[in-house]
Amino acid sequence: MTQATQQQGWSGRFAWGGAVMLMAGAMMPAGCISVSAPDKPIVIELNINIKQEVVYRLAADAEQTIEENAGIF
Amino acid sequence: MKKLTQTNLLRRLGGAAGAVALVLGAISATAVAAARDPQYAAALAAKEVGQQVDGYLGIVGASNADLRRMVDDINIKRKAVYAQKAAEQHATVEDYAFTSGCLLIAQTKSGEMYQAPDLSWKTRTGAPPLRDSRCP
Repeated sequence: MTQATQQQGWSGRFAWGGAVMLMAGAMMPAGCISVSAPDKPIVIELNINIKQEVVYRLAADAEQTIEENAGIF
Repeated sequence: MKKLTQTNLLRRLGGAAGAVALVLGAISATAVAAARDPQYAAALAAKEVGQQVDGYLGIVGASNADLRRMVDDINIKRKAVYAQKAAEQHATVEDYAFTSGCLLIAQTKSGEMYQAPDLSWKTRTGAPPLRDSRCP
């Protein structure tokens, strides 16, 4: 009896799982985001970050240079 | 013998005078480097020139031969300094000049002209100047 109930319980769970899967499957087309490849090549602009890094590195030295040559700055 | 000593003394005196002249020369050179040329200071105060984004001096309004000559002279000197320092820092002259431009624009005093990132001329007010987003 207990065994039978448990079996029924298991199959119930499987049924639920199946229903959820079915629902998910049915919902898929609506929630899907279509991604298409761009016709232009993807360009990643790295110059900005590199320049900023250089500028930060040079700042202290440039400040000293300006102080030392105040006549032309 | 006496004649020789006298010559020696003269030589020494000459050497001393030379040394004094050298020291004086060095002092005056330092003084020149420390302060802006009066023509440059006047042009800056009159808003005829301003600090450019690229680290060089620019003419804001109408140009004339005198102003052009002064600006060119300063920019040639700036470029020489930028080139030397950039080489020491293993950077490009442009990057060093740009960094200096950021600092020079930040250092402008109220009423002086500077170039905004869109390359238009702005008068510095009490507020922070408009600078390139890459500025430190």
